[in-house]
Amino acid sequence: MGSGNGAEQNKHLEGKKMLQIYDLMILGGGAAGLSAGVYSARKLLKTCIIAKEIGGQVLLTSGVENYMGFEFISGPELIQKFEDQLNQFPIEQILGERVERLTRQGEKFLAITEQGKEVLAKSVVVATGKRSRELGATGEKGFAGRGVSYCATCDGPFFKDMPVAVIGGGNSAFETAMDMLKLCPVVYLVNIMDKWQADEILQERVLSDPKLKPMLKSKVKEIKGDDKVRSMVVETKQGDKELEVKGVFVEVGMIPNSEFAKGFLELNSQGEIIVDCHCRTSVAGVFGAGDVTTVPEKQIIISAGEGAKAVLSAYRWLIANQKI
Amino acid sequence: MAILDEKVKKQVKEEFKKLKEPVKLIVFSQEVECAYCKETRELLSELAELGELILLEVYDFEKAKEKVERYKIERIPAIVVLAGEEDFGFRYYGVPSGYEFSTLLNVIIMASKRESGLNLKVKEELKKIQNQLELKIFVIPTCPHCPKAAISASRFAFENRNLKVSIIEASEYPYLAQRYGVMGTPKVVINEMMGFEGALPEPLFIQHLLHAQEHLLEKPGMPVGRA
Repeated sequence: MGSGNGAEQNKHLEGKKMLQIYDLMILGGGAAGLSAGVYSARKLLKTCIIAKEIGGQVLLTSGVENYMGFEFISGPELIQKFEDQLNQFPIEQILGERVERLTRQGEKFLAITEQGKEVLAKSVVVATGKRSRELGATGEKGFAGRGVSYCATCDGPFFKDMPVAVIGGGNSAFETAMDMLKLCPVVYLVNIMDKWQADEILQERVLSDPKLKPMLKSKVKEIKGDDKVRSMVVETKQGDKELEVKGVFVEVGMIPNSEFAKGFLELNSQGEIIVDCHCRTSVAGVFGAGDVTTVPEKQIIISAGEGAKAVLSAYRWLIANQKI
Repeated sequence: MAILDEKVKKQVKEEFKKLKEPVKLIVFSQEVECAYCKETRELLSELAELGELILLEVYDFEKAKEKVERYKIERIPAIVVLAGEEDFGFRYYGVPSGYEFSTLLNVIIMASKRESGLNLKVKEELKKIQNQLELKIFVIPTCPHCPKAAISASRFAFENRNLKVSIIEASEYPYLAQRYGVMGTPKVVINEMMGFEGALPEPLFIQHLLHAQEHLLEKPGMPVGRA
């Protein structure tokens, strides 16, 4: 199942309007956002963090051996340390919600969350990272946690002895298929492209297993079931096929969480926020950090560093423009 | 053969430098050890050797009736962590391996510091829970999101003694996973009745607890949602 899908699960939570004006609002709670929070607090900026979850992609990293100060640490442990460090400071945190819109309001910036909270700030650091791409198939959202999974290591064991499908053609799809082949009688591997993108060695191992049913040029149209997934409709060159599966593991890559900034900040063709080496975006006063930006190399240490850099740039901008 | 290798032992020793006060670990096993009992007992014994402030007690689930009753142990292997002698309602059912090893370390350190580590705002929110709530957190060792849910719940229990938390290794207890409809982890079940999936941020997690409390007051004994 993975991390919480706050909005769906928290409809009983009433949205509240926040009318304070912050010096800086940080969007995102991964390595870049948390590091930005600490730097902002240490500059005594009145700060608010808005994040869907704390941890981001770092949570999915099993072992980290290249973050300085730790010979080995798991992703969740590292994030726990980041969070504990952030919690030393009096920073407003709005958690469990995504920002839906970011705009200018007079000389300030206004963020509106999915539950309707409004946050005003003099400057912004966008560090919203990336998320697993969804298929966009009918029924997909409704069956999340009931057969549709975006975290095979979290949910895989619950599908032992059941037919499952893995969607995707890259390394993560093949690694998931390899894990599921150990548990399941049939594993469909469904890729929309006409060839596999995974490393050759992975392809050899997985495709040679007789329990593996490869399906190229095939698109998942619909996921069906009652309280659980029962089948999946796949569009193929030979027409639609309905396959009996109990689990659907989606491994079709990552996309930047930048939809809220479309039309406001300049994005590249992949949807990443374009930043310069000072983390400046196309809008003065809005800075970007980490995987949601065009900064090359998506690494925890780089994201944390970029988060720090973005805040220092924002701080200088606030002073230069006499905002603080 | 040792369960923890030298590299892990070194890291644990480093972490255990944070220990402040004694912590007691109680393991429930039995004479003819169950599938994961031996592993759990050995792991905890090795762990106890790495910190002077950690005391270990091992009991036989069949014979130590008084202890089983006192700590309300439902199955084995079971681990109880006490802050000195104080029971703050934390139970771990299964071997705390993989990512869950860090959950146990975190809980030991918290208990030793006698401090939940939650921020003030979260502590204030938790005060609103004035009814007994029992939380079951289903986890598996390969789930990177699980420690977040398990640690948050354990911190809540330490802060507010109305909360009792059982971390359950779902793959070791498939009948429980089936009974509670677990198809993904982490899964949180509150008072046998309602629950949610995923590692929510602490303020949102508390909102679910408050919501459960509210419904309990309205309709005591009535199921309020799909567990």
